[in-house]
Formats: sequence, C-alpha cells, structure tokens
Amino acid sequence: MTENTEFIFAILFQLTQLLLVVLAAPLLSGWVNQCQAWLQNRSGAGVLQPYRVLHKLFHKDAVIAYNASPLFRATPYIVFGCMWLAAAIIPIIAVDLPFSRAADVIALVGVFAVARVFISLAAMDIGTAFGSLGARREMLVSFLAEPALLMVLFTASMISHSTQLPTIVDTLAHHQFVIYPSLAFAALAFVIVLLAENARIPVDNPSTHLELTMIHEAMILEYSARHLALIEWASSLKLFAYISLGIALFTPHGIAEVGNWAGLPLAIGLLLLKLMLAGAGLALLETVSAKMRIFRAPEFLGTAFLLAVLGLLIHFLLGV
Amino acid sequence: MASNYASQFVNLLAALLLLVVFAMLAQRRILSMINLFAWQGLLLAVSTFIVAYSTAQHHLYYSAGLTLVLKVLLLPWLLHRLMRKLNVRWDVETLINIPTTMLVGIALVIFAFNLAAPISQLAEGITRGLIGIALASVLLSLLMMLTRRKAVTQVVAFLALENSLFFAATSATHGMPLVVEFGIALDVLVATFIFGIFFFQIRETFDSLDITHMEKLKDD
Repeated sequence: MTENTEFIFAILFQLTQLLLVVLAAPLLSGWVNQCQAWLQNRSGAGVLQPYRVLHKLFHKDAVIAYNASPLFRATPYIVFGCMWLAAAIIPIIAVDLPFSRAADVIALVGVFAVARVFISLAAMDIGTAFGSLGARREMLVSFLAEPALLMVLFTASMISHSTQLPTIVDTLAHHQFVIYPSLAFAALAFVIVLLAENARIPVDNPSTHLELTMIHEAMILEYSARHLALIEWASSLKLFAYISLGIALFTPHGIAEVGNWAGLPLAIGLLLLKLMLAGAGLALLETVSAKMRIFRAPEFLGTAFLLAVLGLLIHFLLGV
Repeated sequence: MASNYASQFVNLLAALLLLVVFAMLAQRRILSMINLFAWQGLLLAVSTFIVAYSTAQHHLYYSAGLTLVLKVLLLPWLLHRLMRKLNVRWDVETLINIPTTMLVGIALVIFAFNLAAPISQLAEGITRGLIGIALASVLLSLLMMLTRRKAVTQVVAFLALENSLFFAATSATHGMPLVVEFGIALDVLVATFIFGIFFFQIRETFDSLDITHMEKLKDD
C-alpha cells in the first residue's frame, strides 16, 4: 500500500467518524431521555424525539431580539462548530485519525472553553436578567470543572507519557492488560465533570422550566428556531463527545485502527454497546440523585478535583 | 503471571480503600459513614484473601474470614443497633468546611507517601507501594477523629484506623501471627461494646452525643 492510499483511507475514516458522530449525537440524547422515562415509570417520547425536535425547529422562522448584536447570531454556529471539531479530535471509531494529531487533550479542553465563552457572551448580549444569571453560573461551574478535567487528562497522560489522545488510547487498547488504580480515581472524577459540564442533574437540570434553577437553559432562553436547533444539537454533540472521551480514556478496548476496514464493524458495534451502557448509567445516576443547590456545586466539583489529584498521587506511588 | 495480576488487583483495592477513607472524611450522615465502614471492611477482607492466595500463607485465609465476619457483618450491625437504640439514625453532623478538610487530607496523603517511600524500598514481594497508602489511611483516620464532634462517628473513625493498621500489617509483612490477630479482633469487638455503653452514659449526662459538651466538665 502506498503512502497516498493510506492517507486517503485515513481521511475516509475521519469523514466516517464525523458523519457518524453528528448523526448519532441526538440519538444518544434520546436514548438517555428514554432510559430516564423508563426509570421514572413513564412511557417516554421515544429515542427519535430529538430528531423530531430538530426537524421542527429548523422549519420555524427565527425570532431575534431587537438589540441583538452579530455575536448573538454567530454564536450557535461557533458552538456547533467547536463541538463538531471536538468530536473530530477524539478517537471514537479508530485510533490515529488525521485530525486527532492536530490537537492534544489540552487543546481539546480549550475547544470546549471557546464554545463556553461564546455561549456565555451571547447570553449576556441581549441583556436579559436570566441570560446573565445563567452565564455567571455557567462560568462558576466551568471554572471549577475545568481544572478537574485537566487533572483527569494529566493522569491519563502520565500513564502513556503523552498528551496526544491517539497515544493514550493506543497505550490502553493495544498493550498488555494492566489494572490502573489511578484511572479508577480519574474515571470517578471524570463522571462528576461530565455531569457538571453537560448540565446534568446534580448540578443543573436539562429539562427544568423553573428559571431560577436553570444554568444552561437560562443562557439559551432567547434563542429560537434554527439557532436553538443548532444549540440543542451542539449540546447533544457535547454529551456525545464527553462520553466518547470517557470511553477513549478508560475503556478503549476494541477500537479499530485506521485502514482496518474489517475491524470497523466490530469497533462500531462495541462503541454502540458502550455508548448505550454509558447512556443508561447516566440516566440511572440522574434518576437516583437530586439537584443540589448551586452553592453546593463548588463542593461537588472540588471532590472531582480531589479525586483527580489522588489519582495522580497514586500513579506516582504505585508506578502504574 | 497470576501473581502479577494479583498484585495489580491488590493495588486497586488499596486505592479503593483510600477512596473510602476520603468518602468517610467527607460524609455528613452518620448512617452512611457506618455503611462506608462496612465497605472498607469488605475491601480489606478481599485484599487479605488475595494476598493469602498469591503468597500461599494459610493463616491469612483465617484472618480474611475473621475480617469478613467481624468488620463487615458484626461491627456494622452492632453500630446500626446502637444508632437505633440511641435514636440518632437520621442525625446529620455539622462539619467545619469539608473542602478544607479534604485539602488537609491531600496534604496528609502526600506526606504519608513521601514518608513511606524509603520504607517500601525495604519491603518484599508483591505489595511494595501499599505501605504508603496504608500510612495515608491511618493519618486520614486520625484526621477524621479530630474533625468529628459526635461520639459515634469518632468511634467509627477509630475502627477505620484499626482497619488501616490491619491493612498495613498484611501488605508489609503478610500479616501478624494469627494469635495476635485474634487478640486484636477481640479487642476491637470489646472496645465497640464498651463504647456502646459509653454512648448511653454520655447521652444520659449531657442529653446529646456531641462531645463538645464534655468541655463543661472542667473546673473554672
């Protein structure tokens, strides 16, 4: 195989992943909602409901506040773009995709941060009380969640001696099976960060209609139609990206290599299974826990940071 | 190969043990603290069992069984019964600033790891890194005894301390002689009984299990 065809294969893999992620992200959100409905003894709206919502929103006319700046109009596209880029960097169906070498885990955290800054700015742009309230809370939560996420990623990087995601995944997936106690801590911390960053229940309630308790929803109150659709889609993408990042960091076993078409169906099948399990687990977590007061959130996220630091320390002590 | 996996698994259990101690440190509810103590006992029993299996030391099987019966079943049951009798099942302890306590805890862990580094160079076999973790758990349990204000939680902290010491013994030296272990187990059991009696006395004298009231005893 010449280098040229290898490159084309790699690009094809990357495109497959990009398409798969953007199409499957609402499905994952739908699955989480459906699991939650089952756990709460409701029949639920079905796993396809997010697609119906997106379809409905894309066919409506957008209403934009009179005093909105161009930033407000641009934000949905920027946020959607950031999340899609993040999903392109993370090795989801195969290791060593061409895009994933372009940015390491620290840049990935930066991509998430860019999206967050823009959505907060847009929330404050209109000048409504709820918008700036939501933006401030989002900033509070994320400024506590980000160091914890970085520490989790550092723990994983320590094991593979690299901050490049493909190398991290490769070390775990294709080498001899080793139990890493430090990763157990990192995984717990990651779950807490995932809940906080994706506006899930102990920190925020994604389906709330009570403005005073909202964080994420308060920021996007002013959006409608295609803008809202893009933001909703971006939220699904973010959840998908986070869960795939978790899978890549902690259980990447069975992921395909670039150019290995025969391994691809197995990799996608395993990925679907892991995503389904993770979604069901997320729904279970959200069902058994109650939303905490916003002032308890720092303690909750402090725990995540502490766990991640403990993971690092244990890595140093045990050497694995 | 088998012993390699065994040592990795023991490492994992040690890490979980440390995690449980941290969880106990942050726990506000007394009832959850007792449940965490039971989990700690279970982790301890499993790790002792694995050490016994991988080093083929038969007396460790007995101490694993003893741990299981005493620390997972009997002591938590006793404590639960005490809670029921004292009618403090739903008590919530007001702790001073959990994040600060946790940060102090992290500092203790770093201190313990540094302290244990030269000792673990001397230790043998499968469980070298574990002395640091055991030492950290001991220090954290001491911290727990310092920060708690209710008598029941202080006793749970004391029992956690004993668990950590036991873990240090199994990991560093493959366990003490069986006679000693039986002795300690009996001591802990008797201590719990006596503490139970103390609880009733404290409550009768002060109408509360909060030991800050004991400061009233001193002469002015």
